[in-house]
Amino acid sequence: MTGPRFSFARLVAVLIKEFIQMKRDRLTFAMMIGIPVMQLLLFGFAINTDPKHLPTAVLAGDNSPFSRAIVSALQTSGYFRITTRTDDPATLERLLAGGVVQFAVEIPSTFAHDLRRGDRPALLVMADATDPAATGNALGALPRIVDDALAPLLEGALAARAPRPGAVEVRIQRRYNPEALSQNNVVPGLVGTILTMTMIIMTSLAVTRERERGTMETLLAMPVRPTEVMLGKLAPFILVGGLQVAVILLAARVLFDVPMIGSPLVLALGLVVFITANLAVGFLFSTLAHNQLQAMQMSFFFFLPSILMSGFMFPFRGMPDWAQVLGEVLPLTHFLRIVRGVMLKGNGLPEVWPDLWPLMAFLLAVSVIAVKRYRQTLD
Amino acid sequence: MSAVPSPVSPVSPVSPSGPAPASLGPAVSVRGLTKRFGPRVVVNGFSLDVARGEIHGFLGPNGSGKTTTLRMLCGLLHPDGGQGTCLGHDIVKDSWAIKRQVGYMTQRFSLYEDLTIRENLEFVARLHALPDRRQRVAQALDRLGLAGRRTQLAGTLSGGWKQRLALAACILHNPKLLLLDEPTAGVDPKARREFWNEIHQLAADGMTVLVSTHYMDEAERCHRIAYMAYGHLLAQGTVDEVVAASGLSTWHVEGAGATLNRLALALEGRPGVAMVAPFGATLHVSGPDGPALDQAVFQYQDQPGLAWRRDHPTLEDAFIHLMARAPDSGQGPQGKGGVS
Repeated sequence: MTGPRFSFARLVAVLIKEFIQMKRDRLTFAMMIGIPVMQLLLFGFAINTDPKHLPTAVLAGDNSPFSRAIVSALQTSGYFRITTRTDDPATLERLLAGGVVQFAVEIPSTFAHDLRRGDRPALLVMADATDPAATGNALGALPRIVDDALAPLLEGALAARAPRPGAVEVRIQRRYNPEALSQNNVVPGLVGTILTMTMIIMTSLAVTRERERGTMETLLAMPVRPTEVMLGKLAPFILVGGLQVAVILLAARVLFDVPMIGSPLVLALGLVVFITANLAVGFLFSTLAHNQLQAMQMSFFFFLPSILMSGFMFPFRGMPDWAQVLGEVLPLTHFLRIVRGVMLKGNGLPEVWPDLWPLMAFLLAVSVIAVKRYRQTLD
Repeated sequence: MSAVPSPVSPVSPVSPSGPAPASLGPAVSVRGLTKRFGPRVVVNGFSLDVARGEIHGFLGPNGSGKTTTLRMLCGLLHPDGGQGTCLGHDIVKDSWAIKRQVGYMTQRFSLYEDLTIRENLEFVARLHALPDRRQRVAQALDRLGLAGRRTQLAGTLSGGWKQRLALAACILHNPKLLLLDEPTAGVDPKARREFWNEIHQLAADGMTVLVSTHYMDEAERCHRIAYMAYGHLLAQGTVDEVVAASGLSTWHVEGAGATLNRLALALEGRPGVAMVAPFGATLHVSGPDGPALDQAVFQYQDQPGLAWRRDHPTLEDAFIHLMARAPDSGQGPQGKGGVS
């Protein structure tokens, strides 16, 4: 039972052939080198699990040295960036619901008065806790920041109050997700992530398959317009996507107990736009790729930034500005805000609109490019 | 092989019921068609006329530009130069109209392997928006003997059945012109014969057929043929005309294998001898100049064991000669495998 001996020469023959083929498939080669480099740079610098400079709205009911000290201490702590000052409590609510700010701080008008009397006034801090990871560190540091800010002012005549920690009651409200359950954040996010992955891969393979199997030639030789092919190929996947959503939302309700506060109709609108946008991306890839392998590679190339830079895995506001700009281009970023907004905050169309129109613009742009790229000839 | 069944005249036997009156002009008329892929000129100043109702053979070596030409005729490729019409429609501007009236059968099977025969035909019928779809599909199934297999997946069919399905799909909308790209490659002789009977039947019903092939017997079943090499049209006409136009003189030599081999080696490259090709027990020796050829072979004609016979060159002799003589434009046939 002795077979032929291991031959180094034959091994070399196979090796040489493999290297030649690797060299020929330029795109795969570029992806093998380019993807790790790009991801290392992109994600290494972009991902930050300790988000700082979170946008904060302040309602200062009094203009005492105390409240000025607190606001300034929030700013200098690095966690908070005061973006809005207002006198209207309704504005705070609106900014929080719209996701414009992460925190809203309300200093009552009797703050200085109560503090001087030692009445332990309340400092109200409302956090958008849909993503507990984004707010956790900042809220943890908050009582300390406030105490440190007030300590110098409570010396002298008011020194008697100073040693007692917590001259102020920092009252934290974790809005939209009071128990800081990460599943409330992750499960709605999964709707978007799963859709991104499956929709893009399935459609990118759909047209590439026609080309690879040669059926494109027959299709092109028959009287059918590119838009007819594109719509005909995408429509079935909208149904598939709808089915996936139904399954995930059912599981969200039954298994994970995730609330659904907002209107399912608004969510459905967002879903249709989002699914179609992903399908258009997939279709565009299929017009660029020469074979199904390349189509898969492109899909992953798009999918990875989508999960890492959209705010799904890591807090969006933790990323540096340039990464946030990149993230704003991704459809998943906007959809995550829509789905979390509707399910957890109960957002309606007006609150959702700022993220809905970018999705629509993305869809339009990608569709136009895809239809232009889809060639009616074999040239 | 010498019994040529085709009528010499391009006026084909169009049946009285045929829907193609001759007044409509040629089915295909192109002038100076040119196509480049990068630096390679694949089709170079190609001109062709195909009369309505005729079966026009399209021959040439691999990579000569036949497929590219057919694709330009049916709007699958944009020509880089030249112009022409297909069924009276401009091949550049009116490709939509052409697609509705032309049936194109690709060289490689290109229907959906994961659909059944019937599903494939229904898909094609729907794309063409045929009003009586069910009836048309049923007719096509019957006509090509596919009815018994209509629920079989196309991917599980053998080569001959796939070819029938492909033909059924491209005649479903009753096109006026059929473009067939090597339809019988890899198909057994019986299926090939049946296929050609079907082609003749379609032509008799008034369809024009332009069919590319490598088989000489198929070329001889065409009314007229065109021979293309290296992107150029080298010869066109009836089989007899093409053979005559080659200007070849040919000797056929019969003898024992070893003797013939020695003779072939001795004759190869002698002045006056253009080609020496063995066909079984016969050696074909040809040259463009009759007297020069006779002079070259004269000294071998007395050799024992050889029977010399002056004969007509075959179509294959003519083609190989045409190809050898063709302007190669610097690229051999083997370098063009990508576009055949």
